[in-house]
Amino acid sequence: MRRTLFESLTRRPMTERPPAPDEAALAELAASVDRAARRRLGRSLSIRAVDAGSCNGCELEIHALNNAFYDLERFGLRFVASPRHADVLMVTGPVTKNMREALERTYHATPDPKWVVAIGDCAVDGGLFSGSYAVVGGVNKVVPVDLHIRGCPPSPVQLLAGLLTLLK
Amino acid sequence: MPQLADLLRNGKAVDAHRPWPRVIVTADIWRNVAQQLADGRATLLGEWGDNLPVRAASMAIMGEDTREIAVVTIDCPGGAFPSVGAFHPPAIRLERAIFSLYGLEPTNLPDTRPWLDLGFWDVRYPLGARSAAPAGPTAYAFLPVEGESLHQIPVGPVHAGIIEPGHFRFTAGGETVARLEQRLGYVHKGIESLMAGASIERAAQLAARTSGDSTVAYGIAFAHAVEAALKISTPPRAQYLRALMAELERLANHLGDIGAICNDASFALMHAHCGILRERVLRAADTAFGHRLMMDRTVPGGVTLDLEAAGAASIRDGVQEIRRRFPRLIELYDNTASLQDRTVATGIVTTDLARQFGAGGYIGRASGRNFDARKVPGYAPYDQLDFSVPIFTAGDVDARIWVRIREVEQSLGLIEQILERLPKGAIRAPIAVGKGEGLGIAEGFRGDILCWVRLDGMRVERCHLRDPSWFQWPLLEAAIEGNIVADFPLCNKSFNCSYSGHDL
Repeated sequence: MRRTLFESLTRRPMTERPPAPDEAALAELAASVDRAARRRLGRSLSIRAVDAGSCNGCELEIHALNNAFYDLERFGLRFVASPRHADVLMVTGPVTKNMREALERTYHATPDPKWVVAIGDCAVDGGLFSGSYAVVGGVNKVVPVDLHIRGCPPSPVQLLAGLLTLLK
Repeated sequence: MPQLADLLRNGKAVDAHRPWPRVIVTADIWRNVAQQLADGRATLLGEWGDNLPVRAASMAIMGEDTREIAVVTIDCPGGAFPSVGAFHPPAIRLERAIFSLYGLEPTNLPDTRPWLDLGFWDVRYPLGARSAAPAGPTAYAFLPVEGESLHQIPVGPVHAGIIEPGHFRFTAGGETVARLEQRLGYVHKGIESLMAGASIERAAQLAARTSGDSTVAYGIAFAHAVEAALKISTPPRAQYLRALMAELERLANHLGDIGAICNDASFALMHAHCGILRERVLRAADTAFGHRLMMDRTVPGGVTLDLEAAGAASIRDGVQEIRRRFPRLIELYDNTASLQDRTVATGIVTTDLARQFGAGGYIGRASGRNFDARKVPGYAPYDQLDFSVPIFTAGDVDARIWVRIREVEQSLGLIEQILERLPKGAIRAPIAVGKGEGLGIAEGFRGDILCWVRLDGMRVERCHLRDPSWFQWPLLEAAIEGNIVADFPLCNKSFNCSYSGHDL
């Protein structure tokens, strides 16, 4: 263990330069979130992830944001365990009927002011799963969404580019 | 007791079912097969409902000695069939789901509570004779637990980490878990109903999104089933490229899991280093196949993308880096006493239980069940490649980590062999229009994935996907009994069952 730890001290960091914030996401955010709220929140944000019906693909890439290459915490963005500690709800999946109530309750447990970021193509409109008896559809059918990050799943770089607009 | 093969000879064989036989049997033979499952002479691979041309229930089984696979069907025009779960507990959740989705009633099923249907849908029996659902969620009675000073801890569906949703009901005496009961179905998306009537192309996309971490393996299982039904022979190069993607997927998931399990024992160093190696694999996959998870690259008939020199080089680099760095991580795991203290003898699954449930993947192989679909029934190109299936017997968290460690090594070897021997030629065979039924099986990182399809022209009439987790989730309930509540995340991560794959 000592060898591995010492090596980390001498080796250059793995962490890579961040991508530029996504222009389309910036425009969407400017339209939906008022400046005052952005000033209050836009330095350091606590994120609570909610899987509302995803295939788990998006979760894998959200996890990757915490690895040494992307190191999300350097931007003041961190994942928290309770919606009561969160500024941002990060929601994945087409919202299933079985998860609708849980998502609503998580949203109401998050204190104002708060932002909702919908992750992945399914979260936009239900994606491939829309039309199913078991699926409500996109996240904005259940809670108001401030920002969409598309992709199936979005790569960690796309996720970062989208999330960094929250700090602009 | 009659032999399984003799029993099935008395049934009516279905012509266009490939590659293994499907027989329609009487209630007596059906019950007899269920008894053979209970006696351990056969393993249950899956059970599902159907409504065309008549309402029916089917189960896929594998003989314990012969390792021969067959699908057994019972027609149930009256809407009821003898419960297999009454003989063989691993079928209970499958049959509860059959009732909730199809309205087919398994007679004498020991547990008749709904499964997957949590009372939020507008319809009852969505895959059977649909009818309007009663308004509002129905009450769900958790199993009773009796004893002094017990308390309950409800967890989920929304969990504390970045993970999928499900409900865990713990009953504990002090710190010790007396009973864990799972309630799943929160991410049920109705995949089987979306499959019905879908084009083969759309159905392949749905299959690839049944469980995102196993998207390659699901693609292969679905392709195997369709190719069997339509008698398509896949080009050898496509088979090798599929195996290459499948081993990259296994590598990425195992590396992620080894780190994440250690992280749940608060050993973050391992998590950080495994995370780097996992990312290397995903980047190599992205360079080689244009998608980090390699989604939609496997389709019936072959693969959609050929491997170029740059992709092969990036995979070789990744393999070399893992070969260089991974041994020290193994040493780190093996020599850290505080970590071993958490993983050794924690969350034990007995050999008998693993065999009874036919648990696949690292869960079965950590408990002495020697089964790997790449070997038996086996499929190309694994019959031409050299690899071994690591088996451990302790059945604890530690053993499940060691199976993963050894499988990482095997996958590295497989990837090197595939890159070396990759045959030249076409990567995709045309798909013929036709009718037929097919059963496909593929070994994902989590275990064997089963896929059954019936095709009519270019459309899927019916498709059933069985995730390995169906036979693993119940074992987690058994493994945690007598352990402390604080060890649950560790046990759960060492299982890493799929919610989405199970909920469908």
